[in-house]
Parts: sequence; structure tokens; C-alpha cells
Amino acid sequence: MRYSGLRVIKEALTGHKGWKPAWRDVAPQAQYDYIVIGGGGHGLATAYYLARNHGAKKVAVLEKGWIGGGNVGRNTTIVRSNYLLDGNEPFYEHSLKLWEGLEQDINYNAMISQRGILNLVHSDAQRDAFTRRGNAMILNGADADLLSTETIQKRYPFLNVHNARFPIKGGLAQHRGGTVRHDAVAWGYARAADQLGVDIIQNCEVTGFRIEGGKCLGVETSLGYIGGGKIASCVAGSSGRLMAKANMRLPIESHVLQAFVSEGLKPVLPGVITFGAGHFYCSQSDKGGLVFGGDLDGYNSYAQRGNLPVVEDVCEGAMAIFPMLGRVRLLRMWGGIMDMSMDGSPIIDRTHIKSLYFNGGWCYGGFKATPASGWCYAHLLATDTPHEFAKAYRFDRFEKGQMIDEKGVGNNPQLH
Amino acid sequence: MIINHPILGPRDSAEFTYMGDAALLDRPDWQAKDALAQFIDYGYLRDNPAGPHQELWYHEQGDRSFLVVTRDTTTHEISSVKLANDVARSRGRST
Ligand SMILES: Cc1cc2nc3c(=O)[nH]c(=O)nc-3n(C[C@H](O)[C@H](O)[C@H](O)COP(=O)(O)OP(=O)(O)OC[C@H]3O[C@@H](n4cnc5c(N)ncnc54)[C@H](O)[C@@H]3O)c2cc1C
Repeated sequence: MRYSGLRVIKEALTGHKGWKPAWRDVAPQAQYDYIVIGGGGHGLATAYYLARNHGAKKVAVLEKGWIGGGNVGRNTTIVRSNYLLDGNEPFYEHSLKLWEGLEQDINYNAMISQRGILNLVHSDAQRDAFTRRGNAMILNGADADLLSTETIQKRYPFLNVHNARFPIKGGLAQHRGGTVRHDAVAWGYARAADQLGVDIIQNCEVTGFRIEGGKCLGVETSLGYIGGGKIASCVAGSSGRLMAKANMRLPIESHVLQAFVSEGLKPVLPGVITFGAGHFYCSQSDKGGLVFGGDLDGYNSYAQRGNLPVVEDVCEGAMAIFPMLGRVRLLRMWGGIMDMSMDGSPIIDRTHIKSLYFNGGWCYGGFKATPASGWCYAHLLATDTPHEFAKAYRFDRFEKGQMIDEKGVGNNPQLH
Repeated sequence: MIINHPILGPRDSAEFTYMGDAALLDRPDWQAKDALAQFIDYGYLRDNPAGPHQELWYHEQGDRSFLVVTRDTTTHEISSVKLANDVARSRGRST
């Protein structure tokens, strides 16, 4: 079924009785060509691009819970391509371009809203760093715009530019950045993949791998054994847990990140704004709630909830730049488990076990990467060669000293 | 979270800085034949368990001691707290 404006009107006039489930509910087959483990954004995108770009026929996505219940449905929905390093920027710019065409491609309204992202500058040194970053972005074909304090004050009159401790001295804007309705990304990819014949199997937890003679033949699941030509791990925060079943240790720690939503307000915040002197970022959803977040709680965690010190820190960040938020009430808060890698950058690579592939280490920037991650992972799976834009995302970069460390903080996952 | 410091008693975890897996106490021998492989492992690979985890907490806002805390990463329940010094000594090291 194709969605269209006409269809919405027709259904509205006939009691909405004609809508069908957006994807099939199927039992697993005995053998697939490709098994993608994890029905988050990345797993679903991978399955979709395997079918769409590479004509793969027998593809399954195995999800232990329901699709969209992981980080893809928990993040603060920011998309952007404002990275500095060569290993990253072409990949994220490819992702942003894919976002721009996604809704037409999958015939699904993902509410992609390019209202821009503004990274605030609070010191001269920070302005130098952001200027360099902006230049790197432009060199890679992305857009970047260094704004003066005056322009910022005019565009965002509610910002406290004269804060005594953290005055706003300008900002780096990416006007093509913005937000995307995160659940719709999972649903849209699922529906599009399903239409190309991908089996999406929910409530199917992978509990082990069948490995013989150094080759992965399939997976043990809560629904029994399923054989696969190629097995693709794509479970984000659960990466360590899953790959331990293949006796692999990863350059990854799992940490909890919290997110917050306020009560609904009239439109007050155009686009995404990030505080440059603390860790705070904020946007306004179409429903009117302010969606914001800050730092990790800072210690290994598999509990999908956070602690109070970070709540306080995030609210302090908010008050430092948006004093107008002082009386806004918090509506909801939650946590998600992040796959924090040793250098803050992801991995899309083969493993030392034949036919077993790995995608993970997305830290808290993996939502924006969803389309490109699926695109490049599908390329790797189908052709056994890394995609041009993801060739730096290898396991062996750590031992080779080729870390992609945007922040320059070293092998300390909780600091990225 | 409250960490029951062996010397100072119960302290708010916000006084501490988290320093990662306590396996970092066991620095490899740089003269070993396979020192390179061991250091790659030491520097970059982690067990990252869902369940009990031995980890280092540095009492930065307190007495500056390093602690080895055993905490369940699925519940945040702390089952043991020891001075990292004592742990290292019990493994036969001088400090
Ligand atoms: C609070 C928060 C805010 C964030 N904000 C942003 C942001 O603003 N911008 C941005 O770009 N990124 C952001 N992120 C990061 C982003 O959400 C993640 O990096 C990204 O969603 C991870 O990829 P995914 O969608 O595939 O993960 P998930 O949706 O977590 O998918 C993994 C799936 O694997 C399943 N699974 C796990 N184990 C198994 C198993 N054994 N068998 C079968 N299935 C299994 C899980 O149930 C889950 O559904 C944020 C994350 C959080 C938590």
C-alpha cells in the first residue's frame, strides 16, 4: 500500500478501515542469505539497503523485543554532519544527504525537519576550533556558517548572550541539520524493507552463534536455530553482551545516556541549539515539548535509567543559556544504553570469524548515522569490501594507532 | 549512588571520578615477548559485562584514593568496595 495525501482523505471519509499493518508478522524460515541481528534503526536500514541496493532476496531482521524499542526510539533525534575528521565527515555528510531524500525513497513521513543546528561558542579558542571544523565540513561538501554574536542575538533573542561566566561569542551553524521523528524512521524502514521481501521477526532474541571451523553458520534464538549465509550483528548498546557469545571482546563499553522532554509549549525554539561550555543540547518537537539532553552518567551501565546528578547538570546547562526555561516543567525522562567506543567513532567491519560481521560503537551520535550506516553495512555484507565512506571504521584502527578521536580525549569511552 | 568508602564511610558517587574496568590495575609487563598484543588488549578491549563489574573509582573530591568497586551494571547495586592499593598488594605487587 502506498501512502499519499489522497489516501489519507479517502480513509478519513471511510472511518479509517482500509489501513493494513505496515509490515508482515512472519515466523522465521530455516535458512536465510543474510541475518541482521537487532531491529533498531541501523538493522532495519541495513536490511532495506541489502534488498534495495544489492537485490538481496532472503534477508531476516531478528529483534529481541519490538522494533524501535531500543535507542532508535530513545534518542533526542538530532541529525547533522558537522564532524571534523576525514574518517568521519564524508560518512556523516552522506548520511545527511540520504536523510534529505529518505521520505520519497521509502514513501513514509519521517518528519525530517531541517531547521538547522547551532553550536554556541563561548571563548576565542573555541571559535578557532569551530572555524577549523566549519572549514573541514565545507571541504567535504557540507554546509557550515560561522555566525556573529549580533546575528545570533537577532535570530535567537531568548539566548542569554551576556552570561557573565559563559558569554556567547558566536556560533557554528549547519542550516541543513535538524531533527527527524525517530520512531517513524524505524517504522518507515521496516515497512519499506518488508515490501522488498525482508522478514522482520520480533520477539526473537539471539542467544548464541553456531560457529564451526572458524565460520559462523547461523544463530541460536529464542525461536530456535536459524541458519544464515552471512550474520550481521547490529545491536548498539547490547554489542558487548552479544559478541561475548562469539567469545569476542570489543573496544566498547556500555553506558547510559538520559533524555528529557518538557511539557508542550508554543513554538519557542527554532532548530537545535547546543551549549558550548557545558554539555546541553535542545530542540522543540512538533508537539511542542522541548527535547533535551546532556552527558552520559559516566559509568558502565546496562540499566535503561539514569541517576540524579546528571539531571541536575543538564538543568544547570539549560538555565545558563535559556533562562526563559526556568519555569518549564519536565514531563518525561528516560535512558538508553550507548555502545561507547574507545575513540568515540563507530565500527563497520568483518570479524575474525568468517561470515560474522559487526556494526556498533555508535556512542550517542548514531541516530543521524542511521541511513549511511545501513547503506555502508549492506555494501560490506553484499560485496565483502568496505564502502568508500566507511573504510576507516575498522577494528584494527586501535592497534594501528589510527583512532578517529574527534574530541581528542584518548581511549576513555565515557569522555567521548 | 552511594559508595561505602573503606576509610571514610558512605560517600556520594558524585565525589568520585569513574576510571573504568579494574583490569586496568594489571598493567602488562612491557618486556614480555607479546607485550604489544598485551598492551593493545589492555588499552582497548573490555569485557563490558551486564552484571557484576569490578571498576575503579577515584575519590577526586575526597581523599584522592582509588577504590575497586564491585557493582552490578544492570541494577547499580554495589556489593564490595576495597582500596585499590590493597587489591594490588593482594595480587603480589608492591603498590
Ligand atoms: C538518550 C539518547 C539520546 C540520543 N541522542 C542522539 C541524537 O540526538 N542524535 C544522534 O545522532 N544519536 C543520538 N543517540 C544515539 C542513537 O540513538 C544510537 O546510536 C542509535 O539509535 C543506535 O543504533 P540503532 O538504532 O540500531 O540501535 P537500537 O535501536 O538500540 O537497536 C538495537 C536493537 O537490537 C536489539 N537487540 C539487542 N540484543 C539483541 C539480541 N541478542 N537479539 C536480538 N535483538 C537484540 C535491541 O532490542 C534493539 O532493538 C541518542 C541515544 C540515546 C540513548
